Amino acid sequence: MQNGALIKTHDLVKQYPVGSGSFTALSDINLSIERGEFLGLVGPSGSGKTTLLNLVGALDSPTSGKAVVLGQNTSELNHREAARLRSEHLGFIFQTYNLLPVYTVYENVEFPLLLLGMDGDRRREMVMEALEWVGLTDKARSRPSQLSGGESQRVAVARAMVKKPDIVLADEPTANLDAANSHNILRTMAALNRDFKTTFVFATHDSKVIRYLRRKITLNDGRVVEDVEQTPEPEE
Amino acid sequence: MRFGLLARLALRNILGAGLRTWLNVFVLSAAFVMIIWAQGIVGGMNRAMIDATIEFEAGGGQYWQATYDPYDPLTFEESHAPLSAPLSELVSNRAATPILITTGAIYPRGQAQAVVLYGMEPGQTILNLPTQELVNDDPDVVSGMIGAQTARETGLGVGDYVTVRWRDANGTFDADEVRIEHVVSLSVPGMDRGQMWLPIEDLRRMLQVFDQASLVVLARDAEPAPAAGAAWIWRDLDYLLKDIKDLVEMKSSSSHIIYSIMLLMGLLAIFDTQVLAIWRRRKEIGTLIALGLDRARVIWLFTLEGAMHGVLAIVVGAAYGIPILAISKARGFAVPEMMSDMGMPVPQVLYPVYGAWLVLGTTLLVLISVTVVSSLPASRIARLNPTHALRGKRR
Repeated sequence: MQNGALIKTHDLVKQYPVGSGSFTALSDINLSIERGEFLGLVGPSGSGKTTLLNLVGALDSPTSGKAVVLGQNTSELNHREAARLRSEHLGFIFQTYNLLPVYTVYENVEFPLLLLGMDGDRRREMVMEALEWVGLTDKARSRPSQLSGGESQRVAVARAMVKKPDIVLADEPTANLDAANSHNILRTMAALNRDFKTTFVFATHDSKVIRYLRRKITLNDGRVVEDVEQTPEPEE
Repeated sequence: MRFGLLARLALRNILGAGLRTWLNVFVLSAAFVMIIWAQGIVGGMNRAMIDATIEFEAGGGQYWQATYDPYDPLTFEESHAPLSAPLSELVSNRAATPILITTGAIYPRGQAQAVVLYGMEPGQTILNLPTQELVNDDPDVVSGMIGAQTARETGLGVGDYVTVRWRDANGTFDADEVRIEHVVSLSVPGMDRGQMWLPIEDLRRMLQVFDQASLVVLARDAEPAPAAGAAWIWRDLDYLLKDIKDLVEMKSSSSHIIYSIMLLMGLLAIFDTQVLAIWRRRKEIGTLIALGLDRARVIWLFTLEGAMHGVLAIVVGAAYGIPILAISKARGFAVPEMMSDMGMPVPQVLYPVYGAWLVLGTTLLVLISVTVVSSLPASRIARLNPTHALRGKRR
């Protein structure tokens, strides 16, 4: 268990080389995110939401400043340490689901537990539990190609949550879903956040997602322009 | 992460890829089986060449009359000598057989054709030549035997008479009629063409060289005489088979080229698959990294996937290859006649030889090559940016 902020960024800057110059995707980001938060990085396309999510997820390194996740400065981690951080503490949900196409639903959800070296019985128990959270126990043997968009994203949620990580990073998780499926997914994630105190960080510009958030951080041109607490107004 | 888990994931990935995997496996397995099959044929050919030379020509070694040179027919007329006592003893014990050799000419259809005349004991069993066919009931008729090639070229057949001319030990030309008693088909082309076999006593009489021979062929299971006399030089099998072994060596080099081409074809399929896989599975690679697999292990995973194509190819290749190779080994292949025109001693039916080293060596080579080839494109993963890969972008 970590004391204090789960995620802290200090003067975080990310620039990408463009031609002979550079493009600043993030500029002086200072954030502190506590355990159990359900927050969103909100803003238009190109505002830096996904870049910030990638830096926090140790998938990318900052140009300057630092992102400290669970006490570890991500820019100081080598490939193996960053992989261990992701494997043990982080869950990812992507806009396009990113399910492993040749695996069944069961195997997709099982994958993070395999990486943790968990034994077979425990794995089976946890996978079935995760599939129950998302209501897909009957699809365990299906392949991703046999699932609808909503079902695929529920599998992705189960995969992100199966190991009960400290943080789930969700990049536009509802962008490819219709309203009913979006609310279904969001209700599931809100319930998991409530039950397991998992921190959810969304990158989104979907108003449906924004209604579920308890904290909204608005980014524009790579800068935080607003950081507010809000009362969720989920769809009933 | 344990190697076992990576292997399990790799197997799951390639089995999950379905038809794509099985097509690659089939191509690789076909190359694998073809390599063994082709090498088996070459091995069988090599063995057959050596066996045929021993069986029809070399026996267990030969004693040459001191001036006898098989590459210089002009020496044949002078290259004969009486058998020494040790050689006579070997011959009388049926552990060796003498051969008298000279040059001459035959006149089929009125045209002269040079031949080498071989005088052999009709009852000999040391060389696999049907010399028993040289026996006839008429003491006034000289029996002769020719090879199938000679028969084709001269139009001679069994029962035909042909005029043979030779020069005897005194340098006098003489001629006689020889009746063709048998036409023999041999797998040693040098023997099948331009030769005529006669009973040795008849040839000795014709040449006026009684009790003499040009060479003495030792039986395969006989011990050479310790001292055969100054007029006779011992030629062991290493010496007699040197030309054949040089030919085998030369053929081996060219068969290695075929071997390499076939292996390359199989490897190309794997390389192509791996390159395509890295390209098409960028998003999956990004996902694996996001889920907690580090790059080195992703590279290992892809390399293992490639290597497992090799393992599967060996299993699949064994499933259909073993029966095919076993049948081909048992039944052999009919060798086209043109092969003997190429100057190689080849049998009519060729039995491939699949040695343990050939099978194990090829298996190991396929596995190692496939693993190395798989690792080449997989190493590009190390340069892949995971955030770009997650979106399916190249860079």
